[in-house]
Amino acid sequence: MVKIKKHYTKVLIFVVCIILGFMISMQLKSTLRSQTVSVQRAEELSVRLQQVENDRDNLARELEEYRTGRVSSTLKQEMDNLNAYAGRTALQGKGIILTIDDSQQTIKAGENKNLYIIHDEDLLRVVNELRAAGAEAIAINDQRVTGTSEIRCVGPTVLVNEIRLAAPFVIKAIGNPQTLESSLKLRGGVLDNFKFWGIKAELAKSDTVKVPPAALRQSFEYAKIVPWDAKKETEGTTETAGKGGAAK
Amino acid sequence: MIYAVLGLTIGALLGFLAPGYIPKMYASYFSVALMSGLDTVFGGLRAAMENKYDNTVFLSGFFINMLVAVFFCYAGNLLNIDFYLIVILVLGMRVFNNLAIIRRLYLDEKEKEAQEKEKGKGAKAD
Repeated sequence: MVKIKKHYTKVLIFVVCIILGFMISMQLKSTLRSQTVSVQRAEELSVRLQQVENDRDNLARELEEYRTGRVSSTLKQEMDNLNAYAGRTALQGKGIILTIDDSQQTIKAGENKNLYIIHDEDLLRVVNELRAAGAEAIAINDQRVTGTSEIRCVGPTVLVNEIRLAAPFVIKAIGNPQTLESSLKLRGGVLDNFKFWGIKAELAKSDTVKVPPAALRQSFEYAKIVPWDAKKETEGTTETAGKGGAAK
Repeated sequence: MIYAVLGLTIGALLGFLAPGYIPKMYASYFSVALMSGLDTVFGGLRAAMENKYDNTVFLSGFFINMLVAVFFCYAGNLLNIDFYLIVILVLGMRVFNNLAIIRRLYLDEKEKEAQEKEKGKGAKAD
């Protein structure tokens, strides 16, 4: 076949072939990489996605476990209690049911007709009175009144827990029925006042008053929970501040 | 022939072991240079088989063809003309052409050898 005689020619061909081989493998390597880079990236991302999904599922399962089982019975009891205090559970017990409706009296000439309908203030007074009489749970038209509930006038309706309610209002309260009743029926009290304007109020005692749970507030936006230990410290600072003020 | 194969293997190994890759920007230039190198090598092989091989022609062809091909590509890029494709096409045609000629020369050589052998046998038989 090919026969090359001179020695340096062979060396030259050798060198040229090295260059050529280098170029070929370089090109091959680069092409392979440019093909695989996107594939690698996609694989990486899919693996990561799977990991994150697994983490999420695990955490969700853990949360579920903590919510249902894996807590000790005392802790669970405590949690139930706190939930009940926060108004997150339905409650049932002895109590009263007060139904109030707008006045049906004919309005006298020159009278403000606003006086004959129920306002947020009336509801507030009722609720306040019930609380003062030791009501343990109160609901207005099946809207639980909790620590953060509002009772506010919006046009012809009343807003409770950001939900519009209209007359007639059914106020359910759990507590000692006797006390609750007498607190409302005080002479010159809430119901007396209603009677004057013709606002209808029916008070019924019941052994099984059912109060629904409040909608859940998921999280605090501004408030931060102060840990139990820190409570003492803050008390201490206020005390010293008070002393300082007294010294002055 | 051994030198060529050895050189190719060593070069390929070097290429795989060398760090770094060809940037995407220069990939087309590099492929054109590679094509012109292949063309020159096949051309050299063909010349050798035709007993017309010349060192200077081969070496100058190898390097200058490479540079010219790359320059063509570069100029094409500047002018927004795909010279790159043309260069690849022409070089590819030349490679095929050279390969065809090499094949024929090789077959011719074989035939000649066979005929010579028969002649030799005939001479002995006589």
